[in-house]
Amino acid sequence: MTDAAGADPFFTASRVVIVAGKGGVGKTTVAAAIALAAARQGLRALIVELEGKSGLASMFGREPLDYEEVVLTDEGVGGSGGEVRARTLTPDDALIEYLDDAGLGRLSKRLVSSGVVDMVSTAVPGLRDIVVLGKVKQIEQRMAQGDETAPDLIVIDAPAAGHAITFLRSARGLIDAVRVGPIRSQATDVQAMLSDAARTQVVLVTLPEETPVNELVETAYSLEDEVGLSLGPVVVNGLYAEIEGLDADPKAAAKTAGTSLRKGEAASLAEAADFRQHRIALQAEQVARLDEGLPLPQIRLPFLFEAELDPAGLAILADAVLAGLAAAPTPAAASVDVAGEQA
Amino acid sequence: MTERLVPDDLGQLVDEAEIVICCGSGGVGKTTTAAVLALQAAQDGRRAVVVTIDPARRLADALGLEGIGNTPTRIDGDWDGELSAVMLDTKSTFDAVVTRYAADPDQAERILSNRFYKNISGALSGTQEYMAMEKLYELQADASFDLVVVDTPPTRHALDFLDAPKNLTRFLDHRLYRILTAPTRGVMKAVNKAATSFIRQVTKVVGAEVFDDAIAFFQAFEGMEDGFRERADAVLELLDDPRTAFVLVASPRRDTVEEAHYFADRLAESDIPVAGLVVNKVHPLFSDQLPEALRERARTLAGTDLGGLYANLADFALIRSREDDHLVGLAEQVAPAPVARVPYLRSDVHDLDGLAEIATHLFASN
Repeated sequence: MTDAAGADPFFTASRVVIVAGKGGVGKTTVAAAIALAAARQGLRALIVELEGKSGLASMFGREPLDYEEVVLTDEGVGGSGGEVRARTLTPDDALIEYLDDAGLGRLSKRLVSSGVVDMVSTAVPGLRDIVVLGKVKQIEQRMAQGDETAPDLIVIDAPAAGHAITFLRSARGLIDAVRVGPIRSQATDVQAMLSDAARTQVVLVTLPEETPVNELVETAYSLEDEVGLSLGPVVVNGLYAEIEGLDADPKAAAKTAGTSLRKGEAASLAEAADFRQHRIALQAEQVARLDEGLPLPQIRLPFLFEAELDPAGLAILADAVLAGLAAAPTPAAASVDVAGEQA
Repeated sequence: MTERLVPDDLGQLVDEAEIVICCGSGGVGKTTTAAVLALQAAQDGRRAVVVTIDPARRLADALGLEGIGNTPTRIDGDWDGELSAVMLDTKSTFDAVVTRYAADPDQAERILSNRFYKNISGALSGTQEYMAMEKLYELQADASFDLVVVDTPPTRHALDFLDAPKNLTRFLDHRLYRILTAPTRGVMKAVNKAATSFIRQVTKVVGAEVFDDAIAFFQAFEGMEDGFRERADAVLELLDDPRTAFVLVASPRRDTVEEAHYFADRLAESDIPVAGLVVNKVHPLFSDQLPEALRERARTLAGTDLGGLYANLADFALIRSREDDHLVGLAEQVAPAPVARVPYLRSDVHDLDGLAEIATHLFASN
């Protein structure tokens, strides 16, 4: 275990952080930014990617992920001693491993390729999800036991919103459906992990737009009520940063600056300024609605105009995560304050 | 066989296609796009029906979808044609299929009340996709519609719905299924020893009751496989039919463009041309000056209001040029399909006015 004494309490509040949200809100990006932020604070974070297709590795400038853990950050992460590792964990991989553990080892590969496993896992809904969560629990237990090779924090890039609820509810569903046997005990163990705030918290991600905000609030309550999950801060992704001067009339501003504008430039500058201001106002409205619907601390991440989702862009987002955690801002402050790329 | 329609523009598509399938990854605006396409067809005088899957509530309200369900409901409005909408209910659609192929109401009832059935009707991998296709089949056969527009589920694996009918028949054809449907346990002795020992082991893992439910289900299902299989084949043929057009929906972000490439590849593997590419939320182009020049100007003017104004213009110029870069390859890949860019609007879309505004961009050449 690395020294986590100086880290933000968020990173040590639970061993597992599940990042969830509707498709297109930047869930994977946020998972990566949280892991990198943890590494900056000296922790060893492990990102677990469940869909086996995201661009996670390229955000760190690395090759696509595998079932094996790989280190995604450069050594030491700027002297902090932390690191980000990542691996994929697809249901098929986890199921083979589970069957191995259940004593069906010799058969497991053949069972998967012949489609029998598909059929069995269809017959037992939630089986695929529970084996994945069971595998997460195994890593989490290694952490609990102080295993030297275990990470300090597991960050899970969860399936998209609707699927996330099904995914996280699988344990409870199986406890109801299966009365005896190894699946039941697996489900019971996983449910214990999910419903313990010291072991698992969920970070929900949204864009500052009406539909994603509505879905986030609904998802939050069903995860809390139906699964008993604890919610960490929510992440609002893609906020336009404020820029000084957008209220000014371009022609007057040019005069003040002692320069002149090209033909048509005043109109371009004014239209672009109006667009940004209008969007910023809408975003602030949605951030306030979110706070009203779901009174949780918010971490606000800037929309990246300039940086790509590469190591440089990710570094900006990790900074914003740390700043957001330190400030734990709530929209009680009148305007939405989000750090820009130039900040 | 006639050639598939690859229209000059989306206006021709909604006027001539009989089936339009909107596909793309989650969060790119598929449902909205599907609604706008159907709405335009209705405005052009056709009788259109749109099948939506899990629409955002405000959009559903705007379309008057509240309270409507698995059967087409007419939406009244100021158009020459007709517009109807369906909100797909996977379970009800599956129930209807079972009822249709059951030999008698008793068989249907035994299946519908079986616990295993209740599980698979919601959870069988690809069920939602398959039922979307099932609904499509049902609606295209309905003479009261000229055009069916379908939204597709935001699946983990983008084009699962192409495989959905096959998945269902594979499930029915499976060896284990045949073992399970053997009428008595006595027959188990006849199947090879490995299978029996496998079943015993699986039972140990998942619990005996799950297996008993499954056996009861398969026994109840007996005799219905042929109907199911024929229908699945018919649905598959429909996807191959030249009357069916696929519209790819994307957003200009790098990750969603990458996924759109994957979609286009999958369609190409199935020899299906893309009939149109809709790119939603493209940042508006406010200036034709180069982003670098604008950024430089902002730097020299830093600290002044004008510097702020230039910094903002540079932001938008830069993001737009980056989006254009992302989209070049995608447009080439789907060529000669028409490409429509819908700008990221000042406000979010959740009413008929918003849909109309999107329509002006989708059908710009009309």
